[in-house]
Amino acid sequence: MELHPLALSFQVALVATALSLVVGLPLAWILARRALPGRDLITVLVLLPMVLPPTVLGYYLLLLIGRGGPVGQAAEALGLGRIVFTPTAAVIAAFVASVPFLVRAAQSGFERVDPAFEEAARTLGRGELSIWFTITIPLAWRGILAGVALTFARAIGEFGATVMVAGSIPGRTRTGSVAIYDAVQAGRMSEANLLAVLLTLTAAGTLYLLTRVGRAPGW
Amino acid sequence: MVKPGSGHLLVRLRARRGAFALDVGFETPGGITALFGPSGAGKSLTLRHLAGLERGSEGKVELAGRTLFDGDHGIDIPPRERGVGMVFQEYALFPHMSVAANIGYGLRELPRSEREPRVADLLERVGLAGYDGRRPESLSGGERQRVAVARALAPGPGLLLLDEPFGALDFRVRRGLRRELRTLHDATGVPMVLVTHSLAEVRELSDHLVLLDRGRVVGTGTTGALLADPPNAVAAELLDAEDLG
Repeated sequence: MELHPLALSFQVALVATALSLVVGLPLAWILARRALPGRDLITVLVLLPMVLPPTVLGYYLLLLIGRGGPVGQAAEALGLGRIVFTPTAAVIAAFVASVPFLVRAAQSGFERVDPAFEEAARTLGRGELSIWFTITIPLAWRGILAGVALTFARAIGEFGATVMVAGSIPGRTRTGSVAIYDAVQAGRMSEANLLAVLLTLTAAGTLYLLTRVGRAPGW
Repeated sequence: MVKPGSGHLLVRLRARRGAFALDVGFETPGGITALFGPSGAGKSLTLRHLAGLERGSEGKVELAGRTLFDGDHGIDIPPRERGVGMVFQEYALFPHMSVAANIGYGLRELPRSEREPRVADLLERVGLAGYDGRRPESLSGGERQRVAVARALAPGPGLLLLDEPFGALDFRVRRGLRRELRTLHDATGVPMVLVTHSLAEVRELSDHLVLLDRGRVVGTGTTGALLADPPNAVAAELLDAEDLG
């Protein structure tokens, strides 16, 4: 039996989670700390992928990164080649579907940090970026970690949007959850069974690890 | 008129916060200045303006002849460049750092070889020698306050602001710490502005007094003169209450 789908799922989820951190952390901080005009609208847009059917999400992504879409055309014009039906598309699908989980958890983590700590740091001569890394993030880390766990779990299980934009090319874009679907469709139940168990163990193991770290004493 | 000197502070501020209007003006020559008044008088808001932590106001703030804020000319020096230290109401000690790391936080420019003796010196000054590795959560209220004072003094500020520095403490601890703060002021020469609603603190600690009520200054001068001869009925009433709670 082919183990590639599981490895791919793991890689895709890892990259999607890293991307979510890079994009989602600053966004979560802004939503937690700044009185922005249109804040509610931004919140709705960011959280929308949580409640949209994944196929709808995949459809929109297809319009965006497909060969006729603006992002897809730009990528081809830049010589990056086609995005759809590549592992990159699987990463994009997992990222868009899972980043809301990170933003939500990190935002509530940031909101629990007393602004007086950041203000004290300012009066002690530190710049904003330095304060972010030495005060804000370390104090919000439990919320951020919860976000990472949920984001990773969501990303590793992504199915609907992934099938739409990455397809199911064996050895290339067929992720674990997609492989299970294909195996069931083809009546290869023992393969589906094994993949399901392994995927469950991976997700549960990740959650368990993160929970353990999250319960570490002190800061 | 007070002469500009090393601790001379000039404050003219107008700000709106919802229904509350702040409109204060005062000057002090240095030493320890108390902002005294009931809750909601605008004491903390004034202090936060001096630190540069408030935006969207009008007026002017000058310290030792240097303009920190000038609404008309668009000058608003950010907190990190003001050289103004602040002791927050609940001290805001960084809970994830040791006492030494808290005090050293504002000394990042210094090489480690100079930072460590400076931190040790400050700890000794506030009577906490040997507390380097302790965590804020393991300290008593009085010890936290001293760490907060040491941390704020570490970068060598030109002015130290204290927002109700004794408010969170037991009354038995307060008296000792008041004396310590006075001693620390006399030893370092750093001018201080202190927010309080306790007349005992005003009497025992301050050289100058600014009386605030409902966002306005109702009296200002040396503490002794103001206590002996309040300029108006509102000031007299404020100074008659022992503790404005």
